[in-house]
Amino acid sequence: MEIVLALAIGALTASGLWLLLRPRTFQVVLGLSLLSYAVNLFILAAGRLRTDAPPIVGRDGPVDPSLYADPVPQALVLTAIVISFATTALLLVVLLASRGLTGTDHVDGEEGDQ
Amino acid sequence: MLLLLFALPFLGSLGAAFLPTRSRNAAAALAGTVTLAGLAILIAYYPGLADGHSSVRLVIPWLSSLGLDLTVRLAGFTWLFSMLILGIGALVVLYARYYMSSKDPVPRFFAFLLAFMGSMLGMVLSGNLVQIAFFWELTSLFSFLLIGYWHHNQSARDGARMALIVTAFGGVCLLVGFLLLGHITGSYDVDVVLEAGDAVRNHSLYLPTLILILIGAFTKSAQFPFHFWLPHAMAAPTPVSAYLHSATMVKAGVFVLILLWPVLAGTNSWYLIVATTGLATLLVGAWSAIFQNDLKGLLAYSTISHLGLITLLLGLGSPLAAVAAIFHTINHATFKASLFMAAGIIDHETGTRDLRRLSGLARFMPITATLAMVAAAAMAGVPLLNGFLSKEMFLAEALTKHSGTVLDSILPFLATLASTFSVLYSVRFIHQTFLGPPPRDLPHQPHEAPHWMRLPIEILVLLCLLVGIIPTLTIGPFLATAVQSVLGSETPAYSLAIWHGFSLPMLMSVTALVGGVGLYILLGSRLNDFPNSPFIGHFRGRRTFEIVLAATIDGARALHGLLGTRRLQVQLRLLVATAFIAAVLPFLELGYSRGSRPDTLVDPGFAVLWLLGAACAIGAAWQAKFHRLAALILIGMCGLATCLTFVWLSAPDLALTQLLVEIVTLVLLLLGLRWLPKRRPEQWPDTRAPLSVPFRRGGDLLLALLGGGGMAAIAYAIMTRDAPHGISHYFLEQAYPGGGGTNVVNVILVDFRAFDTYGEITVLAIVALTVFTLLRRFRPATESIALPEQQQRQNAFDDAREGRTRGDTVRHYLLVPRVLMEWLFPVILTCALYFLVRGHDLPGGGFAAGVTASIGIIVLYMASGTRSVETRLTIQPVRWMSAGLLCATLTGMGAWVFGFPFLTSDFTYLELPLIGKIPLATALLFDIGVFAVVVGTTALILIALAHQSIRSPRAPKPTEAAGEGAR
Repeated sequence: MEIVLALAIGALTASGLWLLLRPRTFQVVLGLSLLSYAVNLFILAAGRLRTDAPPIVGRDGPVDPSLYADPVPQALVLTAIVISFATTALLLVVLLASRGLTGTDHVDGEEGDQ
Repeated sequence: MLLLLFALPFLGSLGAAFLPTRSRNAAAALAGTVTLAGLAILIAYYPGLADGHSSVRLVIPWLSSLGLDLTVRLAGFTWLFSMLILGIGALVVLYARYYMSSKDPVPRFFAFLLAFMGSMLGMVLSGNLVQIAFFWELTSLFSFLLIGYWHHNQSARDGARMALIVTAFGGVCLLVGFLLLGHITGSYDVDVVLEAGDAVRNHSLYLPTLILILIGAFTKSAQFPFHFWLPHAMAAPTPVSAYLHSATMVKAGVFVLILLWPVLAGTNSWYLIVATTGLATLLVGAWSAIFQNDLKGLLAYSTISHLGLITLLLGLGSPLAAVAAIFHTINHATFKASLFMAAGIIDHETGTRDLRRLSGLARFMPITATLAMVAAAAMAGVPLLNGFLSKEMFLAEALTKHSGTVLDSILPFLATLASTFSVLYSVRFIHQTFLGPPPRDLPHQPHEAPHWMRLPIEILVLLCLLVGIIPTLTIGPFLATAVQSVLGSETPAYSLAIWHGFSLPMLMSVTALVGGVGLYILLGSRLNDFPNSPFIGHFRGRRTFEIVLAATIDGARALHGLLGTRRLQVQLRLLVATAFIAAVLPFLELGYSRGSRPDTLVDPGFAVLWLLGAACAIGAAWQAKFHRLAALILIGMCGLATCLTFVWLSAPDLALTQLLVEIVTLVLLLLGLRWLPKRRPEQWPDTRAPLSVPFRRGGDLLLALLGGGGMAAIAYAIMTRDAPHGISHYFLEQAYPGGGGTNVVNVILVDFRAFDTYGEITVLAIVALTVFTLLRRFRPATESIALPEQQQRQNAFDDAREGRTRGDTVRHYLLVPRVLMEWLFPVILTCALYFLVRGHDLPGGGFAAGVTASIGIIVLYMASGTRSVETRLTIQPVRWMSAGLLCATLTGMGAWVFGFPFLTSDFTYLELPLIGKIPLATALLFDIGVFAVVVGTTALILIALAHQSIRSPRAPKPTEAAGEGAR
């Protein structure tokens, strides 16, 4: 499992980085989305892999922490997911506005040589 | 009381700033009252300080661990200096009331002046080195504003800028010097530092500390070679020159030198640097002053020369010389301020300050003339005036051997020479201005100034006389206090007598007086013919300054041109490459290995899932340029794979939120697609692309692969190691007993780390408002304004048929989905509420619920179109957001009522038995706030974007029916 998840993170990161370095704004937006998947998975992976152990504890008696997946990375990622939606929206709108102002969707606001 | 003294000028400044522009009298009265009140407080403190040993301290702790406290310290010497600041300040305020024209915005002037006074006072009263540096910079800043007060005047702006750059540069050096001093002594407290003199002088960092502090002091006190800014600062209104550039600000450097004299002085390097600089300044200033044709210029250079004299005295390093330095500081302030005021009156009443045009003014303004002559005589060091006394002390010190170097033997001669120069320019000042034939063609007919304008000069000149004739009865005790507080046990025996008998200093004084007058008789009006000072006139401080400044700016620009770029791609490449290198470096050093934890068994389903996921990611990366929609769908697939992974890896909350956010993101990007330009085909369809293109793309690919590989390797290395014992166990154990919920992730969000969440929803709200604001001013590119092709075709079809109105087609074929979607609305909302309520115990919570609710709204929009939804349903996302934030804030503040910190929730109440249910309620309230903010944010962003479609197409036909924009 570890190797699969690691490779998945790698593939998402590589695709995201490639798109991030492209000259067109839409590509950059998609690249950031891919990167945010990769980063979210990476943070989750930092809590180590656990299957069938959601951090939902019982009501009675003391809790044995070793029976549950690490809740801290999950809490971090949960907010990151919502924030990444907001930043994607912001970036998209900025890029649209830039396109409206400059007439091009090149990231520099002017056509490069590419 | 001390704190009041500290704050009073600033309060007054603030008050003056709010006075109406034309209220000259009110502003002057305010400034005068404030200054006199400060003086009264200060005088009340004197009895307690009179013995010179005691001091008053007031410490208000701030960052005690960093040694930064607000410390107010009043001792003998600082008392005297504060008296100088406030006393001359009061006179300058009175003078400025009559000097400033009622056409100028006078309240602004007084606001600056009071603020400057406050900064100066703050510096003098500070008991902490960093605090001194802070107020030091404030004085630079306010002096900048005061010099540039007539900001419509080019020379005022230039002079102000030059003064600011030079003194602020020194201020930075001073700060660093102080930090070093603090490092050496272990404290920034002035009293502690003053005790640590020996430790400082023997420390290896002594020399850099000394040089840095000296640069600070020398720039401020206009010492050679930094003296050039002072003459240019004469573009300031004359009251400013009289106050800042004679009595106070330029003395700030001297003040620091005197304050730290017990700590820093007494070494060879001190003697060498300070005495030499002082001597050079003394001579250069005096020499230049002789050849000035501008009254204020003459006074400015004479100020430089006198500051040099004080510095030289301090540099000599003997206690007696220090006494002379303190004494001369006060004397110089007295006569120079009165001279500047007199020069201001002459300028005011005749319209010119040019010595070549002025003449015989004594006829027209006898009182001012007499006063100025007495003050100038004090400047020249004529007996029975205060300047004579300190000059005598200086000459006596010049004769004493200090270092055994060549300086000892030439110092008496140079001192006499400088005194001669000083006599010469004083005589020139008096003779050319007040004596001789009546002036011709002056801009104004000269006449005496108003009485109140002369009063400050009268007081100052009276002080000159009193101190000069009966020093022991006037300045004596105060000087003794000041000297005692600086020198402590080293205080030498000194005498303030006017007559020491026929001695060598007396002889030197007489030589200087005779020589100066003689030279003037000899040279006379020929001095007028020099455009600038011979010999050193070629050293143009200003030119050098400007060259250095221009070189700095050019250098920065060149460096920016070389290293900087405005191209985002290049910046991102550098960023990614830097991040990669930073991540690789530790591995190069320590080596890479997988951990000891055995791999868990690969689930074939999981492997297939990510085979698909990776393929989709790569496909999206490959196709994003020409096939945006396809790329979007592929990205969505990656999102789903991520979502399934969350389920797989025991993160149901994440999976739920990811799935919902995936939906809104997709809608968002689809809405955005509408405004993007058509992709052009490859720029080089026929010919081969230039070589740089594959090269660049190859580089990017390499970078991407390296980054991806690196992330994979790091992730693998982490996952194969055992988790360190973090805070997770605490959260798991305390979630139910402490937070009252079984869903630990949610309990962390709304309870343990609620403050983070609170910050996060604030960010969300800000982002949404930013998006909304940006879209309000959104102007689409011209080619995107027309209706989308599909809508045009539908409209054409509807127009062509009888009995159809526009939009019928789309209404018809969306009928069934529309009904379904409209019915789904309440279902989705119920679902959202369910998520919200159960969130504390089971997967769900405010975030998921909020996104769900906004999906319900989007579905409604998609089904019926923007306009028809909005005729039936009013959604006010901004209200939702504010209500949510308010709800969360109030919930958080509720804890205050019970005496707990912000956002403390149930955990603290749990100790009370029987009300176990209450904790759940406060966390839920907070979660409701989160819910409302998320609903508002998501809805605001999407609706704002959707609205662009119905807003921007300018109707091609006036009959255009309700738009289907949000489709």
